[in-house]
Amino acid sequence: MGEIEIELRVNEAVTRSTVPPRLTLADFLRERCGLTGTHLGCEHGVCGACTVLLDGDAVRSCLVFAVQADGHDVTTIEGLDGPDGSLSPVQQAFRDHHGLQCGFCTPGFVVTAEAFLRDNPDPTDDQIREAVSGNLCRCTGYQGILAALRAAADAVET
Amino acid sequence: MKPAPFDYHAPTTAEEAVALLAELGDTAKLIAGGQSLVPMLALRLAVFEHLVDLGRVENLRGIERVGDSLRVGATTTQSAVERSEVAADAVPLLARATPLIGHVQIRNRGTVGGSLAHADAAAEYPAVALALDAEMEVLSPTGRRTVASPDFFTGLWSTAVGDDELLTAVRFPVWSGRCGFAIREFARRHGDFAIAGAAVAVELDGDDRVRRGTIALFGLGPSAQRSDPAEAALGGAAVDDVDADELGQVAVASLDSVPSDLHGSSAYRRRVGAAMVADAWRAASEEARHG
Repeated sequence: MGEIEIELRVNEAVTRSTVPPRLTLADFLRERCGLTGTHLGCEHGVCGACTVLLDGDAVRSCLVFAVQADGHDVTTIEGLDGPDGSLSPVQQAFRDHHGLQCGFCTPGFVVTAEAFLRDNPDPTDDQIREAVSGNLCRCTGYQGILAALRAAADAVET
Repeated sequence: MKPAPFDYHAPTTAEEAVALLAELGDTAKLIAGGQSLVPMLALRLAVFEHLVDLGRVENLRGIERVGDSLRVGATTTQSAVERSEVAADAVPLLARATPLIGHVQIRNRGTVGGSLAHADAAAEYPAVALALDAEMEVLSPTGRRTVASPDFFTGLWSTAVGDDELLTAVRFPVWSGRCGFAIREFARRHGDFAIAGAAVAVELDGDDRVRRGTIALFGLGPSAQRSDPAEAALGGAAVDDVDADELGQVAVASLDSVPSDLHGSSAYRRRVGAAMVADAWRAASEEARHG
């Protein structure tokens, strides 16, 4: 089965690679780019841990093949902080509100939240809950996560 | 979990895609958003030697009002439908069904055509297509044809689209007049496939009688289906004379292949289905009456 040459932008850097078609975007990011912040929980589109931004949209990177991302723009959790390594407002809010315990689900939540708050800068609590309903936290630390999103939304607003 | 190896094809026109299908036969599968197909590949419930990606076929995408129809290109994402004012205005039922599909990450990739062609029994769009009498545009190596929605869904995960054919667009008729639309479903968790659900579309005449009323059920058989007995009960009835709970009972009474699994027995699904029909009818008829 033939391998395919791809070129995409990952966290603003042009990245070229030759990949087997069955390689998922998640495995591409982790294994070829060394960006292991994107986590793989279920690998079939249920847990949300592998969420990345594809052309700005939050998607599950385990349900996209790397070949499908050829020519597109990908942002991972590693691409969200400032140039000096400072935390993004969402990341800071997760830290302030204990929005993580073991941390496994955190990259998926943070990436999902970044896109959600960009598109909905003034969300209701219900909208926040719905926005992260596709991300599972098995520590069940949801209250801290929701508090973090609320705080990040309020910080953006003011 | 890794899919079995496959060869990847990325045509740039619909004709090229269909030619590939004709050449590769049933060893090939079309992939659009992949939100149903990739999990099946990852779990190796499905194995194909070739995937033909529709992601680079530009003219399959878009939402357009054409006369009395809303034409939605097959690879239009569910998120694009969700954001479309044209869709919300022309086909409210389509707009209302969309947020019920999966989660935002799924809707950002999942497509309208993919959902219809996958034809999951518990999916929302097949029920919407049936309730509104949508028409599917299908491209085959020999030309184009149009398939009416009752002929499109042929059973469990199966449609009238042949191995060498491609669903290119869906045309949803725009209902005008005193109309109301509602879709209701029950799922254990937000974003899960529904245990059971119902979509209702109704048009009333000036005397509050039902001029046109359709009821589509999902999660209650091998595929989405219209409820003929319930629609017969609606025909010409004064809206005040319709008992919503009774309508729900009629809708599920004659179903003969309601699924039963660890999410719910068929008896339970029937009860849920009846309640969803009743709720959807109440909302749709209320909207038709008062706008």
